[in-house]
Amino acid sequence: MSNSIRKWIFVLIVPLVVIGVIGSVGSAGHGVALQSANVDLSDKDSLQRGAQKYMNYCAGCHSLKFSRFNRVAKDIGLTEENGYSEDDIAKLIGNLIFIRDEDGKKVKTGALMETAYSSKAAAEAFGTNVPDLSLVGRSRGSDWIYTYLKGFYLDDSRPMGVNNTVFKDVGMPHVLGELQGWQTLEHHEDKDGHHVPATLTLSKPGKLSAGEYDQVVQDLTNFLAYVSEPAQLSRKMYGILTLLFLVLFFGVALALEKEYWKDIH
Amino acid sequence: MANQTEATGLLGWVDERFPIIDTWKAHMSEYYAPKNFNAWYYFGVLAMLVLVIQIVSGIFLTMHYKPDAAMAFASVEYIMRDVPGGWFIRYMHSTGASAFFIVVYFHMFRGLMYGSYKGKRELVWLIGMVIYLALMAEAFMGYLLPWGQMSFWGAQVIINLFQTVPFIGDDLSLFIRGDFVISDPTLNRLFAFHVAAVPLILVALVFVHIVALHTVGSNNPDGVEIKALKNEKGIPLDGVPFHPYYTVHDIPAIVVFFMAFFAVIFFMPEMGGYFLEHANFEPANPLKTPEHIAPVWYFTPFYTVLRAVTLSPFMGTLAMFGAIIMLFLLPWLDRNPIKSWRYRNTAHMINLAIFAAVFIILGYLGVKAVTPEYKEMGVRMTEIYFLFFAVIFAHSSTNRGRYLIWFLVLAGAVVAIDFWRYNPEDAVAAEQIMWQWVWPIGYLVLTLLLPFAMRGCNAEKAVPERVTS
Repeated sequence: MSNSIRKWIFVLIVPLVVIGVIGSVGSAGHGVALQSANVDLSDKDSLQRGAQKYMNYCAGCHSLKFSRFNRVAKDIGLTEENGYSEDDIAKLIGNLIFIRDEDGKKVKTGALMETAYSSKAAAEAFGTNVPDLSLVGRSRGSDWIYTYLKGFYLDDSRPMGVNNTVFKDVGMPHVLGELQGWQTLEHHEDKDGHHVPATLTLSKPGKLSAGEYDQVVQDLTNFLAYVSEPAQLSRKMYGILTLLFLVLFFGVALALEKEYWKDIH
Repeated sequence: MANQTEATGLLGWVDERFPIIDTWKAHMSEYYAPKNFNAWYYFGVLAMLVLVIQIVSGIFLTMHYKPDAAMAFASVEYIMRDVPGGWFIRYMHSTGASAFFIVVYFHMFRGLMYGSYKGKRELVWLIGMVIYLALMAEAFMGYLLPWGQMSFWGAQVIINLFQTVPFIGDDLSLFIRGDFVISDPTLNRLFAFHVAAVPLILVALVFVHIVALHTVGSNNPDGVEIKALKNEKGIPLDGVPFHPYYTVHDIPAIVVFFMAFFAVIFFMPEMGGYFLEHANFEPANPLKTPEHIAPVWYFTPFYTVLRAVTLSPFMGTLAMFGAIIMLFLLPWLDRNPIKSWRYRNTAHMINLAIFAAVFIILGYLGVKAVTPEYKEMGVRMTEIYFLFFAVIFAHSSTNRGRYLIWFLVLAGAVVAIDFWRYNPEDAVAAEQIMWQWVWPIGYLVLTLLLPFAMRGCNAEKAVPERVTS
């Protein structure tokens, strides 16, 4: 009996240790320390604000070409269950759509969220391709997006007049500058003359307070985290149900094994 | 001539034409497996389970995936977003790839611990090693298919290995790629191998692996041949019919495996960037090298070996493949008649434990960027990796005089290589050489000098006649 308990402790612990070890080695982090984005995909209001800000400030250049307008609308809570009428939803989705098809009409609500801006024009304007942001939440991570959007500072040496703490010599202008205002980077040395991390200070305020701007960035980050993997909205729930079933089934399976093996010594 | 059968009805009809009852008996209801299997013996059935998961999820992925350099990346995202349940199928497949290697590594280490390659089981081991090779090929080719940055640059690294072959390297790598760079033809041919050729080979090899195993009979944690003692009916005294005993025995283990497997799928499908690398969420871009190319975790031990041997690129490639080839030779290196480490001397146990640890460290180093410390450590762990095979040969008999000779020879080889590598002008590397020699030498002290000096560490125990517990 004690032998079999020991066996099951072993069997249960080995996978945990494997997962723990692999998980804790963590990805190789380097560069600037990132601020935590505290992504919360259950906050539908935040997702909706993020979507609205994204379409107004970002979508002109950055496509989300693997997402569809109507699917996004549904996922961020623009649904009839949430009290929106069919007309409301059509109108709200319409408000998100700024691109047109070959006939000059707004694209259908099931269209992919492309951008009207050609990559050639973008390359001419910014000296680089404007990336699609569908997966930036997974390739760079939410914390990176959050820190990046708060990391612009004035830099006369750059064509757009700004640089970024987490993306050195970025080609993108500070699109949210009118909201945040303009920051400057201040280098410091400690008393031994060593460099300590530079800090950003707001030299020219924008339309929003620092707290309000943080919320805007948070909403955008939330939205991009959702866009990078829409399945996140449901997969954890499936996980809990699956594990609950497996726990119950484990009891049954173990009882079956014990019943068969009771005569073997 | 029809097969003689006592069965009637549909079963009888089939059994006259196909030996279904005999096959069932030979491999299930009258295949006698030792009754003392412990948890390590779950990993064989788990490996088969993962193979089935991979084949089934792979078939569904193939229905939606487009093997076209212009469309591959988008088609994977299409699966992730627009195909109903597509994300689940895809995560099953990506998590299954890593799970395959986890269970196979445990399965192989089980073989090492209990000497499962001994007693006419050399072919079982060899076929298993070929399965492992096929699995690595399968995983590598599958990893190119999402056409992300790591797919592209990882394949670049691997295919360039073939370019290091003298004289024919350029032609060989060109032949493999089907182009001067990794591109659409490369993707197409690797897709063909990944979904058709290699899976066929894998399934056939697994079949042969099991036929060979069932011919000789399963080993067990005691390394006792259960067929040596049979009752009057010819049934091994310590055997139980595989079905129903081990079928019901395996179900709880499969459930536990599923708990871990589905926990990953539903709660952390990227597994911190190890099962799905972050950089692979960017489409392949031949013009932009990622700042840090790390292969997927299951290849990293061999990647470290490749990086450790800096003699020439070709020598690095040889060392990497040599690290795999050495495992094939194990049944002929370990000549000790005792199978299980339970009854071998302490030095042998230490040897296996260190080998497992070194394999993990090699893997860890493979995902890390190279620093002087890590670089030298990679060299040292590579040395231990290869020394292991000499030491396991030295442990074939417990002659203590042999240990001393082997220690002097192997330590001499390590020191000679150090002398040859030492370059005072490269102060950083020299400093690392000057202290990290402790790893291989310490390893040799523990596995060879220790049993030489202490009788207790060289004592083997009597193998029981019957299995224990």
